[in-house]
Amino acid sequence: MSVNYIPATFAVLRDTDRCIKCRACERQCSNEVHYYDADFDKMFVHEEQCVDCQRCVTICPTNALKITENPNSFRKASNYSQQLILENYRQAATGAVLLSSMGNPQDFPVYWDKMLINASQVTNPSIDPLREPMETKVFLGKKHTHITRNPDGTIDMSEQSPQLELKYPIMFSAMSYGSISYNAHESLARAATELGTFYNTGEGGLHQDFYQYKTNTIVQVASGRFGVSKDYLDAGAAIEIKMGQGAKPGIGGHLPGKKVSDDVSKTRMIPKGTDAISPAPHHDIYSIEDLRQLIFSLKEATDYKKPVIVKIAAVHNVAAIASGIARSGADILVIDGFRGGTGAAPTRIRDNVGIPIELALASVDQRLRDEQIRNEISIVAAGSIRSSSDAVKAFALGADALYIATPALLAIGCHLCRSCHGAKCNWGIATQRPDLVKRLNPDIAYKRLVNLVRAWDHEIKEMMGGMGINSLEALKGNRLMLRGIGLSDKELQILGIMHAGE
Amino acid sequence: MLQKEGAVRIPSGCAITGFISRDGRRITGADAIKSIAVMHDRSNGLGGGFAGYGIYPEYKELYAFHLFFNNNSAREETERFLNEHFDIVNLSRIPTRQVKSITNEPLIWRYFVNPLPTRLAASQLDETEFVTKCVININTTINGAYVFSSGKNMGVFKAVGFPEDVGKFYRLDDYAGYSWTAHGRYPTNTPGWWGGAHPFALLDYTIVHNGEISSYDANRRYIEMFGYKCTLLTDTEVITYIFDFLHRRRNLSLTEIADVIASPFWTTIDAKPTAERERLYYLRNTFASLLITGPFSIILGYSGGLMALNDRLKLRSMVTAEKDDMFFIASEECAIREICPDATGIRAPRGGEAVIAELNEEGRRKCL
Repeated sequence: MSVNYIPATFAVLRDTDRCIKCRACERQCSNEVHYYDADFDKMFVHEEQCVDCQRCVTICPTNALKITENPNSFRKASNYSQQLILENYRQAATGAVLLSSMGNPQDFPVYWDKMLINASQVTNPSIDPLREPMETKVFLGKKHTHITRNPDGTIDMSEQSPQLELKYPIMFSAMSYGSISYNAHESLARAATELGTFYNTGEGGLHQDFYQYKTNTIVQVASGRFGVSKDYLDAGAAIEIKMGQGAKPGIGGHLPGKKVSDDVSKTRMIPKGTDAISPAPHHDIYSIEDLRQLIFSLKEATDYKKPVIVKIAAVHNVAAIASGIARSGADILVIDGFRGGTGAAPTRIRDNVGIPIELALASVDQRLRDEQIRNEISIVAAGSIRSSSDAVKAFALGADALYIATPALLAIGCHLCRSCHGAKCNWGIATQRPDLVKRLNPDIAYKRLVNLVRAWDHEIKEMMGGMGINSLEALKGNRLMLRGIGLSDKELQILGIMHAGE
Repeated sequence: MLQKEGAVRIPSGCAITGFISRDGRRITGADAIKSIAVMHDRSNGLGGGFAGYGIYPEYKELYAFHLFFNNNSAREETERFLNEHFDIVNLSRIPTRQVKSITNEPLIWRYFVNPLPTRLAASQLDETEFVTKCVININTTINGAYVFSSGKNMGVFKAVGFPEDVGKFYRLDDYAGYSWTAHGRYPTNTPGWWGGAHPFALLDYTIVHNGEISSYDANRRYIEMFGYKCTLLTDTEVITYIFDFLHRRRNLSLTEIADVIASPFWTTIDAKPTAERERLYYLRNTFASLLITGPFSIILGYSGGLMALNDRLKLRSMVTAEKDDMFFIASEECAIREICPDATGIRAPRGGEAVIAELNEEGRRKCL
């Protein structure tokens, strides 16, 4: 029926003067957009299958290809966008929930872009990280401030809570094996190891081959408990309980069956080819006191040697929830903002549930200070930290460290086409198809991850130096270093910063 | 309208000086005035002050509260509060002499007090904590009243003006103590309020500071978790609270405090022998938010001693010297030479190196 016709989102423009019909685009496109017709001796396209991943554009030896938005459009309306109309067509045809991937692309305010960073002039010298020492190492974990002494007067250090030492204050956020490929996981694990920071297994368990990187691995325990075993818990430097994810607060994980390959099925301990839908809640956590029990179960299981992390999505009452978590024995809290990425999430949830990380981070940090328990828990901010300047602003708002995922994927080739749930990632990242996975070379990819983090780190140091700060501790929660631009009094109050010019 | 100090954060450059007689000989405030006066160009007439230790031997068991009042009703309200919490043994206006350049003086009073035993017991606090809470209470809740000195057998004297004029104004040549610190301020704005001058004091801890710390808000927001309230928004205030917290409440030694607030760099720590490395890791990590960055040179005054400390990059000048039982600390050598031309052992302490000079046994017997 013609009403089921979905026009192509993108237009594939081929310069036939340049095209030499080498058919590389055809071989490279897992979406089968390009094809050659021998009768006409010509390349044709199935435009409607294009996701704008830019793979063909980048490999075309004669630069003959360009992908743009399809200029054909429905009648314009602010209220009913073409996308919304098409989504309704799709649902009418299938009766199904809409799925999307990666972070919320809608036009909500980005508070990072409405904050400005300070620099020293005259009264206080700026410092140059190329000439003076500058430190970004951090430790995550509880900081008990009560000092006890041994009989000889030295400080008794035996009662310290376990700490995670990060040589760089940036970690790779949870992305499960399954949602991303073996080669992507290997790249993250090796980069974290080389950098002296951590990557996170996500909820899909840990492939046997990657146990060797355990010193730099955070293992995640989510509501599906995929791949969780004693060995798995022992393999982590820390254990993260995933209560929520910024991209889809209130629901569990989604791994389409297409991505459950042999190896993924083995690692997750689930049948091959089945959808892996983890439950919305943990079925042993229906309230805060249950969370405490799981935290201490995991601590018992690992002899109190590893920090336990609790990850929550940024939702409306995030400050009160965070305060409860801080009182429940967790060592580290991760707050994941509503723009955080995902391998698959219901579109309506991704685009409408949760709050921005900037506001959540600011209110959690302030609430924990008001309750005099900020030192009892470290805060990791996640969910759309896009650059080193976002990072500096996050530290100044109060984050101890950051999780990044989308920038990490960009570093290894992702072009943010937001089609991970299709399982046909042409860059070998969000797919399990062996022919695609092998396009991602971990030997190259891990180095690009290392480069990215080092580059950010250097930029963070440059900005810190400009403020006259030579250690990250002195930036953390230092909100005087931020000013808002174009923000309302209420927004400034929540962020705990003054307006530019004040 | 210009805002009062506390409503706005005002950066300052400064001059500092201090000395102690380790034998506990009592030296008049005239020397402190002379020493700070020679660094006239390091201040701009918008703040000066002094702290003298051992100046009230006749009341040495009592807390000496120095207060500024905007008016008599603030004074009456404060006295009501003091009467409810303390036994007031003596009260008087602090004697001053007229100095042309010192104007707009508030009412300046002094009270020698003892906590009321019943109130103290009911509070379930130790005595110093009780006194601290009362001081913070007056400063944050009574409009127009400000306690600017609250220790035993010591006192702070400060005003808006050049420090040598402030010293004359308070007749410091009439006071004698075993140690003195002094401060000349170079604020970038007009503070216009005497409470904003330095030293800043809590109990017997006083800080004079030259610098502008870049870690200010990180330090402030951390220390305020422990019941402190930074009302002046000055570096000196937050540094004093940090010392009070770590020294009085967490029992860290002064050198351990230096390892927290002006911690060595991780690379330096990593090169230390195991036990020392673990100690430094512990201190720096436990109190990570109390690391102070940006330029500072401070002299901490406390009962029985002085401590000098520079930021870890040594971004502000500070020298020390000795002569017999005397120990001197100043922003510039000239401030020491002015009062002790033949001082020896002039040296510039390294960044982060705590230099401590205390009363010797004889001095302690005499003065404490």
